[in-house]
Amino acid sequence: MDAISLIVRSIFVDNMIFAYFLGMCSFLAVSRNVKTALGLGIAVTFVLVITVPVNFLLENHVLKAGALSWLGEEFATVDLSVFSLLIFIAIIASIVQLVEMIIERFSPSLYASLGIFLPLIAVNCAILGGSLFMQQREFANIGMATAYGFGSGIGWLLAIVGLAAIREKLEYSHVPKPLKGLGITFIVTALMAIGFMSFSGINI
Amino acid sequence: MALSTKTKAALLGPLNKNNPVIVQVLGICSALAVTSKLEPSLVMAVAVTLVLAAANVIISLLRKTIPNRIRIIVQLVVVAALVTIVSEVLKAFAYDVNKQLSVFVGLIVTNCILMGRLEAFALGNGPWPSFLDGIGNGLGYGWILVAVGFFRELLGSGELLGYKVIPQFLYDAGYENNGLMMLAPMALILVAVIIWVHRARNKDLQEETN
Repeated sequence: MDAISLIVRSIFVDNMIFAYFLGMCSFLAVSRNVKTALGLGIAVTFVLVITVPVNFLLENHVLKAGALSWLGEEFATVDLSVFSLLIFIAIIASIVQLVEMIIERFSPSLYASLGIFLPLIAVNCAILGGSLFMQQREFANIGMATAYGFGSGIGWLLAIVGLAAIREKLEYSHVPKPLKGLGITFIVTALMAIGFMSFSGINI
Repeated sequence: MALSTKTKAALLGPLNKNNPVIVQVLGICSALAVTSKLEPSLVMAVAVTLVLAAANVIISLLRKTIPNRIRIIVQLVVVAALVTIVSEVLKAFAYDVNKQLSVFVGLIVTNCILMGRLEAFALGNGPWPSFLDGIGNGLGYGWILVAVGFFRELLGSGELLGYKVIPQFLYDAGYENNGLMMLAPMALILVAVIIWVHRARNKDLQEETN
């Protein structure tokens, strides 16, 4: 039950894009059509579901103050949290490289359409943000951490697919010339974010 | 030492025609999230400029020895090490600002400006041009941040760097702070306005499609 409520919260209330603006770069650049957006959204969700639990295990059994006590008494006071950024990003980068190779092998068309943004998932703020928020919120167990990763991923997917759908329709509207492209995308995103703020009251 | 044309282009290009935020669309996340006040915007701008310049130089020195397949991991480790240093320094000397920036100091690691510049520039150029490119792009990123932070703090709470700037008689006459400016979506709108003005002045940057 807790897990479901956490998933719903991280999709709608704490949406990665509309509440924290994480992963905006690829969000803006790959939202020109729904199909590519869906592909990237799935890739991000997938990477989040793997990296958040892995980093959760590392955080609780290696990095946190006293986390190394399973090695023996003398390690009980060791605090490695200074290195958490380094460890998190190394884990994320290697998992992304792995996903990249898998997609290249099994779906060359998706690989071609994602282009530069596949390796850039590694530097998608949403991914590292997921791990850092996981660290900040101190989830009780690995199940909750996975649920959080999944929920944030789906929230991100929802946002990018929504924006892509709106941008496809925007093709036919008259936008002032200097606002075309990037400018109007910002404004649409802002309006979507204001819309998502109405979810902030829900409680399950 | 007089600046050569190339040096000038590397330093000043990113401030205007080649701006990382509003033209290359890099580093948007932090530009939006930390700009509700002027002070964190300034700190963030300085932190990113320093990390970017240092990372550019290091990667450019290493560029011939990094195997292509694992270059992203190498870049990330270099950047993460630099950001860890910056974050520890901030914790020691500017604790309050560090609190306000929360996870966004850590997220400098994944700031697309860093990866974008490392990939696009430092991997193919020597240390000195890379250094200039880093400083230039850091400043280009910085001025957008400071501009957005300036307007959000001024209109949102009537203060700049914590000092009251809107005189009291305006409040007495019925002026009110615009609370909406403190909310995140307004940062998007402000950046859109900056883009609008910028592209109206530089017609060659306008896009044909939406």
